[in-house]
Amino acid sequence: MNFARTLEFTLNGRVLSGADGSIASPSMRLLDLLRLQAGQTGTKEGCGEGECGACAVLVDGEVVNSCLVPVGQLHGRTVMSIEGLPRTDPLLEAFARAGATQCGICTPGMILAARALLDRQPDPSLDEVREALAGNLCRCTGYARIYAAVLDAATVRGGDA
Amino acid sequence: MPIPERRDGFPGTRGAVGAPVVRKDAAAKVLGEARYVDDLVYPGMLYGATVRTRAAGGTIERIEFGPGFDWSSFVVVAAADIPGVNATRMIEQDQPVLACDRFRHAGEPVLLLAHPDRGLLQEALAAVTVHESPNPAPVFSIDDALALRGEVCPGNVFRDYLMSRGDLAAGEAAAEVVFEGRFETGAQEHVYIEPQGMIAHVDAGGVLVVEGSMQCPYYVLDTLTAVTGRDAGAVRVVHCTTGGGFGGKEEYPSHIAAHAALLSLKAGGRPVKLVYDRAEDMLATPKRHPSRTLVRIGARRDGRLSFLDMDFALDGGAYTTLSPVVLSRGVIHAPGPYACANARVRGRAVATNHPPNGAFRGFGAPQSIFAIEQAMDGLARQLGMTPLELRRVNMLRPGDRSVPGQLIDDTTDFDAVLEQALRESDYLARQEAFAASNAANAAAGRPLRKGIGLATFHHGAGFTGNGEVVLASEARVRANAEGRVQVVASSSEMGQGNTTTLCQVVAGALGLPLDWVTQAPVDTHDVPDSGPTVASRTCMIVGLIVEQAARGLRAELIGKAGLPATAADEHAFAAACARYLDAHPRLEAQARYEPPANVAWDETVFEGSPYASYAWATYVAEVDIDLTTCEVALSGFTAVQEVGRVVNPVIAAGQVEGGVVQGIGFALFEKVVRDGNGAMANNRMTNYIIPTTADVPPVRVFFQEQPGGTGPSGAKGLGELPMDGPGPAILSAVNFALGTRIACLPVLPEDVLAALQAAPAPEVA
Amino acid sequence: MNSAATAASEWYRPTSLADALAIRASARGAVVAIAGCTDLMVGWNAGSRRLPSVLDLSALPELGAIEVGPDAVTIGAAVCCARIAAHPAIAGRLPMLASSARQTGSIAIQNRATLGGNIMNASPAADNPPVLLAFGARVTLASVRGSRTLDYAAFHTGYKRTLAEPDELLVSVTVPYPAPGASSHYRKVGTRRAQAISKVALAALIETTDRAEDGTRRVRDARFGFASAGPVPLTAPSLSAALRDSPLPAIDRLLVERALASDLSPIDDIRSTAAYRRQVAVNLVMAALAEASQVP
Repeated sequence: MNFARTLEFTLNGRVLSGADGSIASPSMRLLDLLRLQAGQTGTKEGCGEGECGACAVLVDGEVVNSCLVPVGQLHGRTVMSIEGLPRTDPLLEAFARAGATQCGICTPGMILAARALLDRQPDPSLDEVREALAGNLCRCTGYARIYAAVLDAATVRGGDA
Repeated sequence: MPIPERRDGFPGTRGAVGAPVVRKDAAAKVLGEARYVDDLVYPGMLYGATVRTRAAGGTIERIEFGPGFDWSSFVVVAAADIPGVNATRMIEQDQPVLACDRFRHAGEPVLLLAHPDRGLLQEALAAVTVHESPNPAPVFSIDDALALRGEVCPGNVFRDYLMSRGDLAAGEAAAEVVFEGRFETGAQEHVYIEPQGMIAHVDAGGVLVVEGSMQCPYYVLDTLTAVTGRDAGAVRVVHCTTGGGFGGKEEYPSHIAAHAALLSLKAGGRPVKLVYDRAEDMLATPKRHPSRTLVRIGARRDGRLSFLDMDFALDGGAYTTLSPVVLSRGVIHAPGPYACANARVRGRAVATNHPPNGAFRGFGAPQSIFAIEQAMDGLARQLGMTPLELRRVNMLRPGDRSVPGQLIDDTTDFDAVLEQALRESDYLARQEAFAASNAANAAAGRPLRKGIGLATFHHGAGFTGNGEVVLASEARVRANAEGRVQVVASSSEMGQGNTTTLCQVVAGALGLPLDWVTQAPVDTHDVPDSGPTVASRTCMIVGLIVEQAARGLRAELIGKAGLPATAADEHAFAAACARYLDAHPRLEAQARYEPPANVAWDETVFEGSPYASYAWATYVAEVDIDLTTCEVALSGFTAVQEVGRVVNPVIAAGQVEGGVVQGIGFALFEKVVRDGNGAMANNRMTNYIIPTTADVPPVRVFFQEQPGGTGPSGAKGLGELPMDGPGPAILSAVNFALGTRIACLPVLPEDVLAALQAAPAPEVA
Repeated sequence: MNSAATAASEWYRPTSLADALAIRASARGAVVAIAGCTDLMVGWNAGSRRLPSVLDLSALPELGAIEVGPDAVTIGAAVCCARIAAHPAIAGRLPMLASSARQTGSIAIQNRATLGGNIMNASPAADNPPVLLAFGARVTLASVRGSRTLDYAAFHTGYKRTLAEPDELLVSVTVPYPAPGASSHYRKVGTRRAQAISKVALAALIETTDRAEDGTRRVRDARFGFASAGPVPLTAPSLSAALRDSPLPAIDRLLVERALASDLSPIDDIRSTAAYRRQVAVNLVMAALAEASQVP
């Protein structure tokens, strides 16, 4: 049995599989699959060693660095990149309004890391936001407006509940 | 969040200036839809790679292509393949695009490869060996270079400036207290999160098109025409969404563009993508210049400065690049915002065998301002005054002349800036409380120490001296028949928000809703040269030009298309545009920068008014130091500045917050470690440490707005200012907490420990 | 930026330990065992397209459990740091381990990085080994030849070398509960406050006697683990011996300095200096002892 051909997982609601060629190889980095094979370039490469978080995506709702995930380990899992985040997610507007995006290269990963935080802690404190985003480096904003955006989005979501 | 309230619009506008509008690029960026160079893929695209030197200078003996590869399947470019000049066009043309014989530093590009398979390309890159005859006596320090222990270039000095005022000897004779010190700052890497990259191809019309990540499209064009021998009509430079610059994408993109272009030309015009990975980016691209400043400063007992003598030197690295202008800005800012009648600042940009250093936010000023601020603290100590008192005595005030010779005639109330910073940070009370708690902790053997420090400074916006006259920047504004307007300029968005602020200025001038105004894509075949996107000049200088162009457009519509001169809304504007375009082929107005009358600078004697506007600031840093580990944690930061009219308060505050955190990194974390060849040894994000969210509390930002700036509606330049203050303020806080006299940045825990061991150490639990 | 064409020769994803061990045995060390990949894939990026064959341990149930026993917690080698940090029994009984797991890289790293990988990668700077050393953990290795359990303190034999044979896999780590009333103290000194590699780290577990009538108490047993203080994660046998029966809090700093001088062998590298590491190691031990003396 060839594992590569049985491999399948869900990316942004769509099933990818080794059998139909939408997964080229189990040893491919998830980052490369997203950017080069799936053509979804919202996930960025900043360092290639899990340090900057620009490539962060959610796997089963948990934030991971896609540069350090071989797709062979995603069998049966659900992956969400920025392209799969619902456009109604309050983080999107909160980031735009707060000025939490400048050059924008860290923004998709930052938003997904924030989404993972808000899913497990819908009403975080500033310190919890700072802890949750410590794996996502931003060189433009000094982070203050990112904190504000996440706290603001938490308020919006809280209003829905 | 202390964002100032928006002001009413100035008369005749829709209030777009001063409004905290959402950035124009925000939606594309939060959705991940903005396209950066590495996101672009073309059919038939090749990937490029660069073979580099290893030694710290020497001679290239030969290049060996290893076995096991079909080298004919690779595009290979060496210096001999360059059709034009083998040099990037900067101030001097001493830096080769590809080294071919003698070279000066590790990491110098020698050979370029391209191939459609990037995996194979990476393997092939490792199979090319450059046989070098290394320079036996490389020079790695400013002191060694100045002492001529080894020669990088004749004399080892790229530039030597002298700014001299008054009578130094008389000032020394009058001094009752003198402080002397030596201050150093290290190299700093930009760490824009998007690494550098370019894609080149030749289009169907035979035009060489180069697109990528950059700050200065016309710099890139200038190098490309020189290197390829093509005229500007046969080369097109297109700016992609750029993931941060901070000066790091000012000069080096010209190299990468030239490399990609040479590969594409050799490959018959096929697209070639040359995008660096992080390690190569950190290894190859310029850093902030390391500095060494010797200061002698004297005062009368009352604190009034009687003389200032500074010897300021920058490590320029192996080629000239932008070092002369970085140096001149450093020299001009060296005396700080203080009055001193007898002053001398000598500045030298020194050649070493390090990879060249270059532009980085602040551009020489953070280094010299660090030195003067620390020297002021030292002098205050010697005088028995507080640092605050000494600054109050000597601060420049309206009617004074600065050391460079500029009459302080803007409306800035620098005392008010200082006072607000003291108030917002509760400086005096905290200073007292921290001293008391430090004494109590020392007595009880507890390891916590607290410190507070301040820096007062100003930063000139725009090119230094006659630079803006020479640039003679041009921009246009054009409209279509629906009344939709484009700002047409080469000023490049890299995150700082200038697309939005320029559109706000134009929308304000035309009385239009902001969404009627956009910036045209930055493409050298369409946009004029509005100058490089550097030097805190875009909002202030280019903003003024586009405002003038917008007024010209409006006048044209009033004169020729019946636009009512008053009370015209956007519908009247659109109707006038439609009428105009029925009769004319295009609707466009151009403007060129006219320097204000107060700017006159004599570079030969370094005298005059080097900048049209200065932003003024006082920053206060608070630190907690744990003597168990000697770690310094920032516990608070207050940044108060006067920046003229704030065009967009969210963007402006974001510039300050981001700049301050880069300054925190410069002060406490960021150290470029060199290997034996002078190359960056910690060229990974894992080992070059920039602040994370856990390291920085929210920075408290306050603006004072006095419309004294020479930019649109009284705006001043802002982008670089926040880089100047954190270094000296943080080090002052550290020295306050520990009673040490540390004089170098960055100050890492290892340095704190060494300083405590050199001084009588407090007891540690 | 990096090769998209990376392709391992073979990709094995067994779903039982027996299958995994068989593959490990037949490959004779020619397969790379992977779990969280947070260290390993950094190397993949920069390297060649042609990767070795891969044995993915992430689907083995035997490596994925946390078992809470009466005397110890046994943690599967492929359990990630996030699960360790969040586990109530670990947080309650082995708080140092919850703490080190929570300081292993960023949250994105903790969601992937495994305890087994942190041990088997054998970096002297690894975050969890000092805690395991201080707690006196045991590691269980398995191969087709059988399984064995070793004291973790003996496991690292030299820089990037361990007692594991090429056909063995690390299956689990057993961490005994400390004696009631023992004082534990973990401090990682990194290059910054989060997402950092340690410059030096200390885990200390200090058992003391009951307070004597004069209010003093003595060290009954003190065990330490250090990161980034030598070629491997280190215990401090001289220090442990020197401290036995010493009275708290009046422990002489010189005694600690002397003992650590022989226990530790820190170096200068791109992250810190030997001098700093040595000095701060002493300070951390003194702080741990001060804390132990204050336990009620």
